[in-house]
Amino acid sequence: MTEDEVIAELADGMTVGIGGWGSRRKPMSLVRAIVRSDLKDLTIVSYGGPDIGILCATGKARKVVYGFVSLDSIPLEPHFRIARQNGTVEASELDEGAFYLGLLAAAHRVPFYPTRAGLGSDMLTYNPDLRTVTSPYDDGEELVAIPASKLDVALVHMNRADAGGNGQFLGPDLYFDDLFAMAADKTFMSCEKIVPTENLLDEGTFHTLRIPRIFVNGVVEAPRGAHFTECPPDYGRDEVFQAEYAATAKDPDAWAAFRSRYLEASSHDAYLAEVDAR
Amino acid sequence: MSDATLDEIIVVNLADAFRGDGEILCNPIGTVPMCAGRLARATFEPDLVYTDSISTLPANDFPVGVPDAPKVVESYVPYRSIFDIVWSGRRHVVMGASQMDRFGNQNFAAIGDYRQPKAQLLGMRGAPGNLINHATSYWIPNHSTRVFVERVDVVSGPGYDRVAELGEGAGRFHEIRRVVTKLAVLDFETPDHTMRLRSVHPGVSVDDVVENTGFELTVPDDVATSRLPTDEELHILRTVIDPTDARKAEFG
Repeated sequence: MTEDEVIAELADGMTVGIGGWGSRRKPMSLVRAIVRSDLKDLTIVSYGGPDIGILCATGKARKVVYGFVSLDSIPLEPHFRIARQNGTVEASELDEGAFYLGLLAAAHRVPFYPTRAGLGSDMLTYNPDLRTVTSPYDDGEELVAIPASKLDVALVHMNRADAGGNGQFLGPDLYFDDLFAMAADKTFMSCEKIVPTENLLDEGTFHTLRIPRIFVNGVVEAPRGAHFTECPPDYGRDEVFQAEYAATAKDPDAWAAFRSRYLEASSHDAYLAEVDAR
Repeated sequence: MSDATLDEIIVVNLADAFRGDGEILCNPIGTVPMCAGRLARATFEPDLVYTDSISTLPANDFPVGVPDAPKVVESYVPYRSIFDIVWSGRRHVVMGASQMDRFGNQNFAAIGDYRQPKAQLLGMRGAPGNLINHATSYWIPNHSTRVFVERVDVVSGPGYDRVAELGEGAGRFHEIRRVVTKLAVLDFETPDHTMRLRSVHPGVSVDDVVENTGFELTVPDDVATSRLPTDEELHILRTVIDPTDARKAEFG
């Protein structure tokens, strides 16, 4: 598939999960395809990085459900900060671990998973999506019921995949991409390279094959598709580009130029050409 | 006479927060806390394990600030495993804070009204889950009345009063072990678990601490001076744990 064919499967108001972690292995070519589409009123569910920042700054996100939003080497995502401070996006914030339980509950088709995370904290005060539950056993403990993060669509980026959607991560951490795939009605996977199934073990052991095709509806081959986030061992984060992105939050003219030149580039190839022409 | 500098005195006093922890995940966040945790492991708490901040547990004395240093990997802990360890309780974290009150309620989430903050900061991150599941200590360099406040704007990590309100038993895994600043070491070892001055760093007076704290602090009759590093600790910190002096960046 192409990025635009994936985004054609999305509709206004959908809940879209985005894999990766902070500024790490984000499906950025798919995020940019959302930016250049007519989609609106999306709910974005993510361990957030520039995906959330960009979809807030371009007005695509109406609501964000997140465990954090950070650019890693730049701790605060500046475009997300602006959206929060201007009140232009609805926030549903979860403790980092609790966010994982929401995905797990959706993957397992149960309404919630209980946890202590959040008891005594303002996470419960300010997140209207959260309720508590009392243990039905003799302990009678009150716990936080983290609701299932059911997704209409999940977007993830892998190092390798076969054409059928078996995904492979070759970096240090899968993060929660398998759970994003399982929590969604439809999952679309971009990857650095599509390889024949018989070559999936050429670069990693079978332990790296963590997303089976039963949870994947389409594959996009997108070399450098996670740029400017990191995608080891294929490439590291483009810190210079990320710093340029972050700086645009302070300057509306710079943001307009960045958006037009990079985010609204007509295709992933056109984007890479602009990046390489810098 | 020790030639230890303030950063080194702070590192050993923060390392002391891990004393007695045994075989758990020592998970300090930030350069000075990482120096403290790794120094504790290299000296008096050898059973601790600690992360490389990526996805493995190094078994050797892996230095801070030298990511390419040789690493002996003893286990694999991607983020999913870290959360599982949080909930198991076998972890002691060190975090920061933009605001803290006398019961140890921590805010690094936002300044102002959470719903539309004046300043969006880090957010809740893992603080809600950390505090209610296992021991937490804090490294809060800036000891001032803007940080140590009567009331925090947002509670990311709950303090002792919030946890007491949950009822008997709910807070049985909650413990705020130590708070270390550029002026002093603080704890909550008082009958009502309000903050107490444990020691002042060399050259700092009790009045300095009181004046820079925006709430009533419990001050014992005799306040100790924060301990100095031993020669062995200084040697290991300077040559093995932090050979590039990365810890000094927070001290201008």
